[in-house]
Amino acid sequence: MNPFHYTRASDVADAVRQIAADPSARFIAGGTNLIDLMKEDVERPSRLIDISRLPLKSVEETAVGGLRIGALVPNSDLAYHPLVAERYPMLASAILAGASAQLRNMASTGGNLLQRTRCYYFYDVATPCNKRAPGSGCSAIDGLNRMHAILGTSEACIATHPSDMCVALAALDATVHVAGPAAARAIAFTDFHRLPEDAPQRDTNLQPDEIVTAIELPPRGFAANYTYLKIRDRLSYAFALVSVAAALELEGGTIKDARLALGGVAHKPWRDPMAEAALRGQPAGEVAFSRAADLMLGDAKGFAHNAFKIDLARRAVLRALAQAAAGTPQSQSDKQIR
Amino acid sequence: MTNYIGTATSRVDGRAKVTGAAKYAGEYNTAGLAHASVVTSTIAKGRIARIDANAALSIAGVIDVLTHQNRPRMASVDDAYTDDTAPEGSPFRPLYDDRIRFSGQPVALVLAEEPEVARFAASLVRVEYDEEAHVTDIHRQRDATFALEPGADPFGPPKPRGATEPALAAAEVRHRGEYFVPIEHHNPMEPYATTVIFEHDGKLNVYDKTQGVQNVQRYLCRVLEMAPDKVRVMSPFVGGAFGSGLRPQYQVVLATLAALALKRSVRLVLTRQQMYVLGYRPAMIQEVDLGAKSGGILDVIAHEAVTVTSQYEDFHRQETAWSGLLYDCANAKYRHKLARLDLSTPCDMRAPSAATAVYALECAMDELAVALKLDPLDLRLKCHSDRDQNADRPYSSKNLRDCYRQGAQSFGWDKRNPEPRSMRDGAELIGWGTASGVWEALQVPIAVRIVLTANGHAEVSCATSDIGTGTYTIMAQVVADMLGLPLDNVTIKLGDSTLPQSPVEGGSWIAASVSNGIVTTADAIRRELLRLAKQMPNSPLADAAPTEVALVDGRLVSVRDASRAVPLAETMRHSGVDRIGEEKSTNFEDDGSHAHNTHSAVFAEVKVDEQLGVIRVTRVISAVAAGRILNPKTARSQIIGGVVWGIGMALHEETLIDHKFGRIMNANIAEYHVPVNADVRNIEVIFVDEPDATINQLGIKGLGEIGIVGVAAAIANAIYHATGKRVRDLPISLDKLWR
Repeated sequence: MNPFHYTRASDVADAVRQIAADPSARFIAGGTNLIDLMKEDVERPSRLIDISRLPLKSVEETAVGGLRIGALVPNSDLAYHPLVAERYPMLASAILAGASAQLRNMASTGGNLLQRTRCYYFYDVATPCNKRAPGSGCSAIDGLNRMHAILGTSEACIATHPSDMCVALAALDATVHVAGPAAARAIAFTDFHRLPEDAPQRDTNLQPDEIVTAIELPPRGFAANYTYLKIRDRLSYAFALVSVAAALELEGGTIKDARLALGGVAHKPWRDPMAEAALRGQPAGEVAFSRAADLMLGDAKGFAHNAFKIDLARRAVLRALAQAAAGTPQSQSDKQIR
Repeated sequence: MTNYIGTATSRVDGRAKVTGAAKYAGEYNTAGLAHASVVTSTIAKGRIARIDANAALSIAGVIDVLTHQNRPRMASVDDAYTDDTAPEGSPFRPLYDDRIRFSGQPVALVLAEEPEVARFAASLVRVEYDEEAHVTDIHRQRDATFALEPGADPFGPPKPRGATEPALAAAEVRHRGEYFVPIEHHNPMEPYATTVIFEHDGKLNVYDKTQGVQNVQRYLCRVLEMAPDKVRVMSPFVGGAFGSGLRPQYQVVLATLAALALKRSVRLVLTRQQMYVLGYRPAMIQEVDLGAKSGGILDVIAHEAVTVTSQYEDFHRQETAWSGLLYDCANAKYRHKLARLDLSTPCDMRAPSAATAVYALECAMDELAVALKLDPLDLRLKCHSDRDQNADRPYSSKNLRDCYRQGAQSFGWDKRNPEPRSMRDGAELIGWGTASGVWEALQVPIAVRIVLTANGHAEVSCATSDIGTGTYTIMAQVVADMLGLPLDNVTIKLGDSTLPQSPVEGGSWIAASVSNGIVTTADAIRRELLRLAKQMPNSPLADAAPTEVALVDGRLVSVRDASRAVPLAETMRHSGVDRIGEEKSTNFEDDGSHAHNTHSAVFAEVKVDEQLGVIRVTRVISAVAAGRILNPKTARSQIIGGVVWGIGMALHEETLIDHKFGRIMNANIAEYHVPVNADVRNIEVIFVDEPDATINQLGIKGLGEIGIVGVAAAIANAIYHATGKRVRDLPISLDKLWR
């Protein structure tokens, strides 16, 4: 860990001013990922701008009937917020599927979006990694890649985004509100994270001088038919091999609308409009679910150790859709798969 | 006389631990303490070409950077670096020369006024290497191994018995399978750390995380060429070790080296990542070949193993011998080969060799039972052996049969449908598996000092350590009973090299050895008290023989006539002494006529989601025969801990090495998985009665290791029973169920 300056941002504008003035500065909120990265010398910020005291900690209803979640709302508070638990239980479930109680208490909503990949090579400064040191090469492509991506990979990077919360946010069509030197702007959640392409050092489309201020959820929460199903190497406190956020709107036995997002398989939460479209208007059942899974994973490509994820993702999609259709969402405390 | 022995007794050091009063090696403070941080190699093999420490030295607060080029003098012969538990070879010497033997090897030590400054400066040290080709993959070295001569050394494979090849050829039913256990790493909660207090007279008080303070003390004196009275090593509390602290680890050398260089106190705390070169359970490729008669008589066992060692030491622990020991079998043959890799030397890790070898044997036995169409428990009962056939001798005690019986009964084994995939609960397939476990009941020479004061207080001291297993508590229980004192009147001192002699705390041998030492020493105290009591006027014990008196409630009492007694305070006052001190060395006089082992029967239930392969271990019962149980509470904790570790071995633990870089890539406890609470459900521990009149005065065996042995096999066998899929390489991750 390198020496750094520490300053506090007095308000959002001040935060933006400070980060714009020092490109090697970093915002710190919960610090649950940044501190680890600093210990490993992956991040060597000149300055930590503490934003944890900014007034971005409220969860408010929007005029259209959605929710606006301040970027500094702790993950735990968000998961247990009555309005979230009632209207967006898939989001609550996804949050509780991640990390540990202690980490969720510290981690902020905005920070969750900005956490970095857990690729082994990204963390080890003794090895090449295009995400950490652009142009140095990807060690995972021919190395240990059991945890890595099967969709949307590039020659430069096969890392995954590790968040659970973001998978649900992607499925819910959330919007990310950001502030910067120019006017504040809103980014559709599915456009917030990037695919690696030839610039894997950039995880998101957030500009270096911008700050996440809030996440907005649209009114529809799919509270009746949803699930968040996370498959991992132990029953808690592990990153997803594959996770599925599935939400259905049913009319009788017919799917009126569907949302499907995968975690653990790509550089960003993975949604596929074709797969969702294929579910609409179909009877909620194996045939439609299977078709959606096929469409979603049609372009999947495995590497030496992670090809199993293609089959696993397929199975997980089928199961998650079945859970959602049956109204029996996966519990995150009882580890038996429903 | 036995109020405490055999009684569930809470840890005497529990309060100190939960309140933080118990200090660990990295927690000692002193004025002027300097802090050290290690720079480690990024290559697996080669030479250091150049070290540039200028950037580090330019940082304010940096005192010095030690490398192989500027370090103080160290011994130049291998003997100096050999310790009580070192394998054959040329032990690693930290900062000794320019040679790189493994990735993560210490190459420089930064010393600074603050730990943060030391760590930052360490990141600025630039090291250039002349790299050489390395190999870190056991599978690649499989054909480049060297074989150990059977019977040649105590840790080598035993000599064969019978005629294996004809027996295999003639076997009515045969099972042959290859099983793999990957490299696994210790992850004790307490990091490896050393604080060296540099005293005014130049003496060093070394607080080290170790399982053997005297082993470390002798090692330091040899390596750094210091007089024995200049170095005192202490380790009063250890936050878990289970084998990783048997050998002196490199941080104790570097911290002491730095203290000598700076002539001031130094602390070095390793990071979790740096601990991954301190030793590991060696990866093991095993081929087990079993031949049996169709009724279930085991005729022949052939067990071949390839295990990992370093380029500079030959680590092995009689891995294959367990196969020929556990079951009645006329013909047995063992082969053990070592594969040299460019890694650090493996080390002992809870039930070293047995955890891995018995895993293979017990999976193979399960497969044999399937081939024989026999219940796997019935097969084990049919193959039960009352003799140690490796050495052809009976056991001093062996109640494995009761482990099978009581474990099966409690588990409900008789309700098992033998057909795989036949039992289910909704979407989950249910599997029940069983396995046997075996470990040694060793005893070692040890010395104990007891000082009994006239106020009825006893202080017991011994240089052993308590690695968290409860040694403080069982020592207090034994001495309290032997001297007839309440537990609160007992003080235990351990973990200090100046205390009476003790070997390293390992191998499950300390509980039996130190208890026996306490009994012997307490006996000497009692005899001395009786001698004094006889000198009192009209002594009621004037005619009593030493064997006819006991210490009860602060009095010396005739065991024949309880009315004949004298308070010990009065006895000492009359003789004008305020204390009686005795120190006795004890050793187990083993004539070799009997084998001494502990055994277990493990029963596991798993539930496997049929569609997704998610595995849950919902129930484990471990029935253990380990002699007399000193403390059912701490003993139960030991077994539960072993079972949890066994769950990790079965399902989670695996050290991932990138063979291109020769580097461990999951060197942290986020990515190196051990079980978390959600992975651990119901664990039941049964201790079966196992009287042993000859092993020692109290009939005690140790049980530090036995808890893990057999657990991985029982779970693997349960997974087979649930799914019909036999996975023969650990850990059993869900993707392997579909291969």
